[in-house]
Amino acid sequence: MSKTVLMKGNEALAEAAIIAGCRQYFAYPITPQNEIPAYMSRRMPEVGGTFLQAESELAAISMVLGAAAGGVRAMTSSSSPGMALKQEGISYIAGSELPCVLVNVMRGGPGLGAIAGAQGDYFQATRGGGNGDYRTIVLAPGSAQELADFTVDAFDLADQYRIPVLILADGYIGQMSEPVVLPEPTGKTFEKPWALTGAKGRSKNIIASLKLIPDNALEEHNLHLQEKYDLISENIRRIDTYHTDNAEWLIVAYGTAARIARKAVDRLRDEGVKAGLFRPLSLWPFPDRELHEIARNAGKVLTVEMSMGQLVEDVKLSVNGEVEVDLYGRAGGAVPALDDIIERINSYERENHTHVQAS
Amino acid sequence: MSAKTIPMYKRPKGLTDVRTHYCAGCGHGIIHKLIAEALEELEVLDRTILIAPVGCAVLAYKYIEVDGLEAAHGRAPAVATGLKRALPDKMVISYQGDGDLLAIGTGETIHTANRGEDITIIFVNNAVYGMTGGQMAPTTLEGQKTLTSPYGRNPAEVGFPIRACELLDTLESPVYIERTSVHNPASVRKTKKAILKALKYQKEGLGYSFVEILSMCPTNLGVEPVVGADWVKDAMIPWFPLKKFRDRPEEKKEEKQAS
Repeated sequence: MSKTVLMKGNEALAEAAIIAGCRQYFAYPITPQNEIPAYMSRRMPEVGGTFLQAESELAAISMVLGAAAGGVRAMTSSSSPGMALKQEGISYIAGSELPCVLVNVMRGGPGLGAIAGAQGDYFQATRGGGNGDYRTIVLAPGSAQELADFTVDAFDLADQYRIPVLILADGYIGQMSEPVVLPEPTGKTFEKPWALTGAKGRSKNIIASLKLIPDNALEEHNLHLQEKYDLISENIRRIDTYHTDNAEWLIVAYGTAARIARKAVDRLRDEGVKAGLFRPLSLWPFPDRELHEIARNAGKVLTVEMSMGQLVEDVKLSVNGEVEVDLYGRAGGAVPALDDIIERINSYERENHTHVQAS
Repeated sequence: MSAKTIPMYKRPKGLTDVRTHYCAGCGHGIIHKLIAEALEELEVLDRTILIAPVGCAVLAYKYIEVDGLEAAHGRAPAVATGLKRALPDKMVISYQGDGDLLAIGTGETIHTANRGEDITIIFVNNAVYGMTGGQMAPTTLEGQKTLTSPYGRNPAEVGFPIRACELLDTLESPVYIERTSVHNPASVRKTKKAILKALKYQKEGLGYSFVEILSMCPTNLGVEPVVGADWVKDAMIPWFPLKKFRDRPEEKKEEKQAS
């Protein structure tokens, strides 16, 4: 059993990548994820791996593509504006069906924005910021422990499905120091007969996203990708729930926003208000059926996010009009205030009480 | 004299037996064949990965019998970097055109050379964007008319054609930099030697090797293949002199031993 250590979230993630067997890491500096490349620059030489500070985000993600094509575990990390640049390579990696792990420690935008944590890249992460019909698995950790655990898991998922897996964290989770029990390696191994290792004793392998011949090759490829995405949607349903069993008022949040929401649930429960928290741990696939099942018994759903109405779209799609969905969004590095969440839920209580009296 | 014919010229083992999609008079087919020959001679066909660029040579992996990988436009040197770092025992070739190498991928070009990555870049310079229909390239000559320089390239507006070898020759790391051409049989033979040397240095782990090859695109020049070849000689070579800029394997061997 590993012992508990105090680590910054970003460093816990970096060490977890090493534990998972990642030996190729390429990145470009950007705040608030700089602890990851700094950590990797120390650790990779110790474990015989590659740390390379790339000339750009475009280059870093392409280096990941090259290493992944060689059949080894590769990772890059960045923050919001840097992730925007990486979308080119992510689309190619998705089209080429290569496994890799991507990390976005989100900061405020749009543009250069600011360096404080935010969740404004939800659309970019879950809808695909690059060109074409593709998906990436998106995991949403809410603590240093989850940053570590989800990273180890991410490498297995990437290899299992030959897909990029994105860890969508925010600057607060990445920067905060917390007790962490570093995960053990899973020990899972994956055959990679498609890897480019030289055509020795086999015919040549080609990895490309270009599909020209025959005429329907690209549509066939897209249909194949879609089948894979459907399979992933069936298999990956990750949620964490807190006091949702009899929740009258259901909060939906992830990452830092969910930590604050959880506290709000505690306070509301202390006051006798039946609040609960639904925390999606996978943002794509979004656990829509699970949310629907829980939300249908609630009086109202409140989405709390550090963006101006992005997560709330998936929440609305999940409940499909059956339950009213409200939004409390903060942006630009601001975090949702505990009192504001409590007051919003209390306002539902008052509203409900009035309705009951009137009827 | 025996009636038996002795084949003097045959398809190299590394060249796939298919028709290419290249136009008549294009230099890519010749250059593919030279790479295939060199890989066969160095006995590395079964441990080589060819990275194809975006451009006319985007399907290069279909024609050379080695593992093939595709890069986004301009990113082939970065892809090559990642692959070579992951698998240092493999041979990695980044095959690129002028738009790829000197416009959209300039950053990757310079930094990969500067790091001295142990890869070989084959740079095919035909002074035009071929695949997209003949737009102005970073190497389009002064006054040269293209789809997007209909009045001729005007350096006052868009600068002069960029010389890749000269640019890279300012960097310390590369082991080998040479510019050759494929406009006639003698220059093809010299190009073969250059490709062979570049790949041999990689096989020996000596670092970054770069071969620029002046080539013909008669289709986009709107001329006959023979005229296209003459144009390389008469118009391109005066601006892009054929020259060995860098060749220092001994120095690299010493550095390697010292490290």
